[in-house]
Amino acid sequence: MTRNIRPALLVLQDGSLFEGEAIGAGSSEISAPVIARGEVVFHTGLSGYQEILTDPSYAGQIITFTTPHIGNYGTTAADSESSKVFARGVIVRELARRRSNWRSDDSLDSFLKRHEVSGIAGIDTRRLTRLLRDSGAMPGAFGTADESDLRKAAASEKGTAGRNLIAQVTTTKSYVHGAGKLKVVAFDFGIKTTILNCLAEFATVHIVPATTLAADVLALSPDGIFLSNGPGDPEMVHGAPATIRELLGTGVPMFGICLGHQLMALALGGKTFKLPFGHHGANHPVRNLATNTVEITSQNHNFCVDADSLATKAEVTHINLNDNTNEGMRLLGANAFSVQYHPEAGPGPHDSRYLFGEFVARMEAR
Amino acid sequence: MPKRNDIRSILVLGSGPIVIGQACEFDYSGTQACRVLRSEGYRVILANSNPATIMTDPDFADRTYIEPLTPDFIEKIIEREKPDAVLPTLGGQTALNLAMELFARGKVGVPGTPELIGANAEAIATAEDRGKFKEAMIEIGLSVPRSGIAHTLPEAQKIVKEIGLPVIIRPAYILGGRGTGIAHTPEEFKAVVINGLAASPISEVLIETSIVGWKEYELEVMRDRNDNCVIICSIENVDAMGVHTGDSITVAPAMTLSDVEYQKMRDAAFACIRRVGVETGGSNVQFAVNPTTGEQVVIEMNPRVSRSSALASKATGFPIAKIAAKLAVGYTLDEISNDITKKTPASFEPTIDYVVVKIPRWAFEKFPGTSGVLGTQMQSVGEAMAIGRTFTESLQKALRSLEIGRFGLNCDPGEEIYMSSTDEELLEQIAIPTPERIFQIGECLRRKISIEIVAEYCKFDPWFLDQMLSIVEEREFLASHDVASLTKIEWLRAKRMGFADAQLAWLWKIAESEVRSARLALGVRPTYKAVDTCSAEFSAQTPYHYSTYEDESEIHATTKESVIILGSGPNRIGQGIEFDYCCVHASFALRDAGYETIMLNCNPETVSTDYDTSDKLYFEPLTLEDVLNVVEAETVSSGVAPKVIVGLGGQTPLNLATRLPAGLIAGTNSESIDIAEDREKWSALCEANAIAQPPGGTARNVDQAVEIANKINYPVLVRPSYVLGGRAMQIVHDETQLRNAMQEMDQAGSLGREGGLSAERPVLVDRFLEDAIEVDVDAIRDAGGEVLIGGVMEHVEQAGVHSGDSACTIPPVTLSPRIIDEIENTVKKIANALNVIGLINVQFAVVGSTVYVIEANPRASRTVPFVAKATGVPLVKVASRVMLGASLGQLRQEGLLSERVSGRHISVKEAVLPFNRFAGVDTALGPEMRSTGEVMGIDDSFARAFAKAQFAAGTTLPESGLVFVSLNDRDKSGGVEVVKGLSSLGLQIAATSGTAKYLTEHGCVVTRVVSKFSERKTVHTNFDDAVELIEAGEIVLVINTPRGYGTRSDGEAIRKAANNCRVSVVTTLSAASAAVHGMIEQHNRPFTVKSLQEFHAR
Repeated sequence: MTRNIRPALLVLQDGSLFEGEAIGAGSSEISAPVIARGEVVFHTGLSGYQEILTDPSYAGQIITFTTPHIGNYGTTAADSESSKVFARGVIVRELARRRSNWRSDDSLDSFLKRHEVSGIAGIDTRRLTRLLRDSGAMPGAFGTADESDLRKAAASEKGTAGRNLIAQVTTTKSYVHGAGKLKVVAFDFGIKTTILNCLAEFATVHIVPATTLAADVLALSPDGIFLSNGPGDPEMVHGAPATIRELLGTGVPMFGICLGHQLMALALGGKTFKLPFGHHGANHPVRNLATNTVEITSQNHNFCVDADSLATKAEVTHINLNDNTNEGMRLLGANAFSVQYHPEAGPGPHDSRYLFGEFVARMEAR
Repeated sequence: MPKRNDIRSILVLGSGPIVIGQACEFDYSGTQACRVLRSEGYRVILANSNPATIMTDPDFADRTYIEPLTPDFIEKIIEREKPDAVLPTLGGQTALNLAMELFARGKVGVPGTPELIGANAEAIATAEDRGKFKEAMIEIGLSVPRSGIAHTLPEAQKIVKEIGLPVIIRPAYILGGRGTGIAHTPEEFKAVVINGLAASPISEVLIETSIVGWKEYELEVMRDRNDNCVIICSIENVDAMGVHTGDSITVAPAMTLSDVEYQKMRDAAFACIRRVGVETGGSNVQFAVNPTTGEQVVIEMNPRVSRSSALASKATGFPIAKIAAKLAVGYTLDEISNDITKKTPASFEPTIDYVVVKIPRWAFEKFPGTSGVLGTQMQSVGEAMAIGRTFTESLQKALRSLEIGRFGLNCDPGEEIYMSSTDEELLEQIAIPTPERIFQIGECLRRKISIEIVAEYCKFDPWFLDQMLSIVEEREFLASHDVASLTKIEWLRAKRMGFADAQLAWLWKIAESEVRSARLALGVRPTYKAVDTCSAEFSAQTPYHYSTYEDESEIHATTKESVIILGSGPNRIGQGIEFDYCCVHASFALRDAGYETIMLNCNPETVSTDYDTSDKLYFEPLTLEDVLNVVEAETVSSGVAPKVIVGLGGQTPLNLATRLPAGLIAGTNSESIDIAEDREKWSALCEANAIAQPPGGTARNVDQAVEIANKINYPVLVRPSYVLGGRAMQIVHDETQLRNAMQEMDQAGSLGREGGLSAERPVLVDRFLEDAIEVDVDAIRDAGGEVLIGGVMEHVEQAGVHSGDSACTIPPVTLSPRIIDEIENTVKKIANALNVIGLINVQFAVVGSTVYVIEANPRASRTVPFVAKATGVPLVKVASRVMLGASLGQLRQEGLLSERVSGRHISVKEAVLPFNRFAGVDTALGPEMRSTGEVMGIDDSFARAFAKAQFAAGTTLPESGLVFVSLNDRDKSGGVEVVKGLSSLGLQIAATSGTAKYLTEHGCVVTRVVSKFSERKTVHTNFDDAVELIEAGEIVLVINTPRGYGTRSDGEAIRKAANNCRVSVVTTLSAASAAVHGMIEQHNRPFTVKSLQEFHAR
């Protein structure tokens, strides 16, 4: 039998080298040499690769899946979290040759090619994960190009710290999603479709660009304001904290998720910091301090709110039980709350969807 | 919420003997529970009748009751110990059913009685009662298959009219799917319903639309009293719905579910456990998914730790049973730390970066007359699990772990039998689930039959078939190369797909050793990864490893002297939990003595594969290649070669002994092992030492066998060498039978199967000693030549019944002190002659005053745990130390070895046979072992201990009713006493005319004379023969002693009928006599219970 394998290499900024084979865009024999570069992170979820790849929060990053078999159930248009793949590349141990699932409409390999995203397979992803775990998320490059070119690319690649990636992912024009009773204005810092769908269950959602001014938001007379997830370093999203601060003063209920949570903290004068290798997975235990119960959560963040920096301005509502980092807060002087993790799931557990109910309750109480 | 202080003592219910559907996974879970509850400061009282378990070691509980697991006996234990709580969720279905019976009697779970912790009676009833469960699921909006509940055949027929055929029929309150079946026709429907109603203790069956062919999934759920729920593991069955999950090839995690579907299933599992009301602990929820529409239905839920939980624990490293026990006493998940990371809490969901495949192992060859077709009733006796980074690697590792003569997915001598089949024949074969199916599918794919067609026939998901196809394609690639031309990258690719050196050797027609050296020359060596519950997100503290071929190995070096203990692989008849007990004991003793202990095994059900039993665990197949790889990796990592223990895991490691480097083997050397196994060398040794053996010889072909038999006279016993459990062993009475037996072995030999005849593995032909008393001895010899007799066991059944199927007693009850002396001295002579260092088991046959040696095995035997519990001497702990150089004297000084306890108790071990799983099988005992497990009865007399053992084994000794007696001529005189005993207890006797005549002539009262089944009249009156009486439910006990051969047909029909109707059958006069004495004892003085700690008090 013939084999069409195109060897590829992965190089990290520390010089570590991994051998594998090309998949996705640029993997065919006639393709020109490819270099994909970005900050290499790992995701420990067992399922949900399509949702992860299309999550705008991964802009600037190369995703390593720790689950060895990726692509088994193909892809399904309905499962995309946005219209494109924002990740810079994908690293897997084994890409499925054949997909099998009644919902599937394409294979992952073809999906990657359609979205012009390259990948590398056959990698000892466990070695890579252990390395990233110990040294922290690291810039790197992979592809079919020469090793020396890949090394150069890895060396010159900057991580996500100190970078504002919002412009790459936010909508340029406002649009409306859903037709629910309540009116929610959602800041798009890279919003996921599943969040929109969760909000649309009770609201007509006006999605607005990340740089929308407070006055323009208020002009829509919203029942609630939502701050979405998104990629990159929150401290680099200039302007948003000021806008949020202004909106907090109006008493309109506000709910933030992930980057939204971080921006809300910054609006209060708080600080954020970068975690060593971030939280990317679907199994993170979070304690709800009010009920003292544990939620298994979907997470995807490299930056984290420094709870001490919020002092008297917010009350911590949720903490991560693995590393005790902050996972949620309720503002003391304003009608707002936020969580670091992803209650909407997509992918991941549904344990925390009650938070959308809390948002509704706040809006209805007003 | 911290642990509860309102309870101080807890009764833990075990699961009793190993039976099909309930194996040593419950020793694993029970052991974890006992350990954790004791360490939390609770007083633990344990009830379990199975002496071969680790949990019944006196160290694991404050009070250990080796008593029958019947409501009567548990009640007595409760009265005596007055526990505050009863934990019924870690002892399988047996414990759950016991709890329900005790609840019904008002002895647990009601005010003033011990509280049921883990699951309360209402939750158990909701999950176990099929009707209640369906109602509950519909109530919370989950889909279930259309169905109805019936208690009688007419009710059932009414239901099937409404929902239509095909249907699946499941009895309520059963384990391992007993009595379950699928019906496509009205005839099949009637048969399955009758069987199902009989199997259900409450005569209730669920009749359900058949969803055969749907995809099957399981989720392992845990819940704490704060209502925190987590999924520990998802499991996908490779075999579609229609094959019991215990008989299915399964894979973890689920492979073909998208996140959307998985989360829906997860939500449903949580809703299910909450609705059923399992407040704390682990449960297992099973789902079926329509492969074309995605429709999800809930099939069933186990409100307890199950076989799948054991698998999930081993697959993820998350100790479900241990955590379940902590949750039961009030902890919440977030208060418990994850043992593996130490830093993170147990309130998370494990995520894994490898693939786990489990494949069951069956024993159909031991039950002629069974169809060998898999269905909704579990029939496997064990399982192997493998871990690899990919499905292909894991699948091939699991296949070679089974030890069924296969090296992987074909590409081995075993595949040759498929070559003569046409494509059409193969496709027909794969439509029927059997143990062979996976290999037949491999062959279909090799023939380039498309995945679509193969999937249509076997209903495997196309993803799995494509994975198998990739193995087949790789094999074709390898076939076009040879050992010299393969590049390193190509080697790695083959090994990453799980190809064994043995497969390549077969493909390239060279020796396996050549493959190995070529591979090592290119530096192609396995890397060992860790099982860490978190896909490497956090650093693991627990060295639980599996091999794969990648960049990085994670083994830590040790500075201590290390010992590898080779386990016993998948459970099978003849090699089961007893050997795991031995391996675990060795690990404990050697760890205590300062060694680094390294366990190597592939059986997910066991205590040995628990990550904290040994200092290191390698979850690997027990083949030469895999064992050598671990030895090499450990040698490289620590700079010193470890010692290897081959003498505790049964025949599996022993068969590797001669091929491992001789210097590494701890204890008895491989030469001695070979002498004991090789008949000619063994005979020479006996002759040299003046040890009597039954006359016999060694045959390499049929003619030699006939010649020997003619010389020594029939009947003769024929048995292959290097086997266990009497595989293929037969007693033959004439030349025709002998030729048939030899032919069977010849066929098995050419397929490389166990019990096969080959030039290196000759057949032994011995004179069969009729009416001999069989005796078993376990002993330990140290390097200095001191021999410690562990125990002398007298068998209840006469020679000719396999020792594993026979009841036995310590101390012997009929042997004279002189005979016992002679036996003990012979054991010493043999142990010295073989230069044994460690354990040895010797079997004798005593005829009158002559003692013959049948065989000697210089290894741990099946009876070692029983002996240890009967005598209070930790034999394996002592033996493992001896194997590493300690002397018995030294161990006495250390206090590890003490004198046997001097109590006056008698201990009886009884075998438990799986006949109720195999309708249509003759239950007469013979030289081929067929029992799956054992129980122990301890009391102050043989009769009482024997009776307890019978109760524990599930044999009912009735107090009234009609007993059918049919005896062979030799047993008739002895039968008189038995029948008189029965009559004195008020039982009525039915007998065939011959037996009746003899009995009446000798003063017995026979109430009913029946005609022979073989003379059944075409137009007969009611209840004319024994079979009819049994089928009509008139008979409470059958005593039927078959005579070697000839008049078998009658007895066989009677025994089969009794088996099908669940009437206890006694097939030997000695057992009948013991049973009657037991019944008289039961009548005279009520039974009492006493703990092992009290029996062992010195």
